[in-house]
Amino acid sequence: MIMSNTTNSEIKTSSLGERSIELNPSELFEFCKNLKESEGYDFLMDICGVDYPDREKRFESVYHFYNSKNKNRLRVKVPVGEGESVPTLIPLWKGANWFEREAFDMFGIHYEGHPYLKRLLTHHEFQGHPLRKDYDADQQQHLSQSLPIHFQDEKPHDPDSNLVPLNLGPSHPATHGTLRVMCELDGEKIARANVEIGYLHRCFEKMAETHPYNQVIPYTDRLNYCSAPLNNVAYCRTVEKLLKVEVPPKAQALRVVLCEFSRVIDHIVCMGAGAVDLGALTGFFHLFTYREMVYGLFEKLCGARLTVALTRVGGMAQDPPEGWYKDALDVCKKIEKGISEFETLLIGSKIFMERTCDVGKITTEEAIQWGYTGPLLRSTGLAQDVRKDEPYYGYDQLDFSIPVGSIGDLYDRYLVRIEEMKQSLKIIRQVLKNIPEGDYTIRDKDIVLPEKKDVYGNIEGLMNHFMLVIHGLRPDPGEVYVPTEGANGELGFYLVSDGSGHPYRLKVRPPCFAIYQSFPSQIQGGLVADVISILGTMNVIAGELDR
Amino acid sequence: MGLDTEDLSKSFALPTRMETFMAWGRKNSLWPMPYGTACCGIELMSVMGPKYDLARFGAEVVRFSPRQADLLLVAGTITEKMAPVIVQIYEQMLEPKYVLSMGACASSGGFYRAYHVLQGVDKILPVDVYVPGCPPTPEAVLDGVMALQKMIEDVRPRPWKERWTRPSFLAGE
Ligand code: SF4
Repeated sequence: MIMSNTTNSEIKTSSLGERSIELNPSELFEFCKNLKESEGYDFLMDICGVDYPDREKRFESVYHFYNSKNKNRLRVKVPVGEGESVPTLIPLWKGANWFEREAFDMFGIHYEGHPYLKRLLTHHEFQGHPLRKDYDADQQQHLSQSLPIHFQDEKPHDPDSNLVPLNLGPSHPATHGTLRVMCELDGEKIARANVEIGYLHRCFEKMAETHPYNQVIPYTDRLNYCSAPLNNVAYCRTVEKLLKVEVPPKAQALRVVLCEFSRVIDHIVCMGAGAVDLGALTGFFHLFTYREMVYGLFEKLCGARLTVALTRVGGMAQDPPEGWYKDALDVCKKIEKGISEFETLLIGSKIFMERTCDVGKITTEEAIQWGYTGPLLRSTGLAQDVRKDEPYYGYDQLDFSIPVGSIGDLYDRYLVRIEEMKQSLKIIRQVLKNIPEGDYTIRDKDIVLPEKKDVYGNIEGLMNHFMLVIHGLRPDPGEVYVPTEGANGELGFYLVSDGSGHPYRLKVRPPCFAIYQSFPSQIQGGLVADVISILGTMNVIAGELDR
Repeated sequence: MGLDTEDLSKSFALPTRMETFMAWGRKNSLWPMPYGTACCGIELMSVMGPKYDLARFGAEVVRFSPRQADLLLVAGTITEKMAPVIVQIYEQMLEPKYVLSMGACASSGGFYRAYHVLQGVDKILPVDVYVPGCPPTPEAVLDGVMALQKMIEDVRPRPWKERWTRPSFLAGE
């Protein structure tokens, strides 16, 4: 059992099988240090705040740790009163930086010893802390002026020095989204760098708190909009765990197929757009043809291409139309061919190799420090994947492997992504060949809406429909954290329910958030040209980054 | 097309003809500046991409510098943090300039009635065409571009553009 010498509190296991412990702020640092150094919890996955206005200590700073060897997870909760502070965990995990800043921005929780505790997502003129329960969801505040170029060491740019300031974004063609990168150049070299995010902060978490459970699904589409179904599945899994229901085998199979297709198109966008930045426009046009095919499949399933909202709590929204499985298999075949063409086109190209080999290298240890997961972590050589480590939906029954890189440079990242696409196609084939018979959703009247024919056809269906719409889906009070393997890495949802019809608190752990915070240190000392190529492989999706 | 070339070759002295001629040229050579911020930006990639191909409407010269563009394609949510940036970009564009708002978010804030989201880019910019959808299908965007082309061709008055002033909450000139 864990470290009796650092705290008197005990680890409790909830009825949902999750382990958590409550600590005082003064115990936190020693406890975490021990956790990391003696207990093998190497990953700090997430930090977030929760607001309980009725409690004596109003806030809770919540930490999620992961032990990559024995696959254990642990949640640490630290109650903090207004005006109190919690020690920062940056000395133990560099990746704590942005997570703590976010909690400060959203709740006003103060982290003692944090070197740069400023607003992260909202703009700098914003007053108040929006995720507090007493802040109205629709109370907007205008910004009068963007911040000039600034750096984390808070020294302004000196116009008399030989250094040249350079601002990229937030509207720059090569950042593919609303990212802002600020640098100071010494010739071609980058002397100082900083990033500013939040240009696409759309208040997902506040929206989730003000909408019924099922209505949150469309919002999840818009987190990582390059692979919307993956987010749907990740969110629904979380709610389903809280409800203690399991979706039928057919829904599981369909979800796997959708997830893997999403992974493929997400990698396509990442690599296609990354190739454009390196001047390889053909790669973009070539790969996007295949992405369109997958969109065609989604469109047949639900009518939408990008923002699909395909799942429901309890299963899927509907059965696929006739012939869909065959279409999907055909698309698989075409994509397979396309990928190998892309491989010949790009991966063997000398120019491409010059731009990517040995560039942007990162070691496994450092990657873990920052909280890397997904293809970027695997490219450093660590075969970590939620689908293998904590399998769900029968991933453990499927035959697929986890590709890894060797040195973690940009070239490795491309290779890993390409191989992952092939593995995803392999998974899709296996699943499509024997899709289980049966229903596509559970039929619990307190969770799933009745079918249209029942709503219109009989009084019971009508009543059930009415009750569910008015009353809403209401899980028991409790909390869960469910990780899912997203296209960029571990996509986690932390959900707190108070028994009402909408989430009390929903925190997303977006994979690219942890990755992107390492960006300034990654580009520092390198060349300007590498900024773009490194950014391209990180696959930072603003919707997920800023939420 | 609204332009009688035969007639034009005989006389160059008709001022209304010149206007029509210019409008015809403008309409068929819109240079868009794609301002893709979010999911709509991804769908905008499809509009430019191989299948839907915006080039067929004379608008393939995508410019990422506002100085070289005359059509601002606002594709995606505009947050409060982004507002000063997009106004600055609009101001840098040269006349004549047009704004197309793609998607529910850009048009009205969409389903983000939220503390950090601007409730429609028309709060700060003069929008010429609104394309509904979340995201609009590429076909709808093409339809929006065609509607704009029609507007240009007919030299329709644009009072919203004439009346536009820089939003008062912004600092600077
Ligand atoms: S309108 Fe819809 S698809 Fe477009 S940016 Fe807004 S949420 Fe995304």
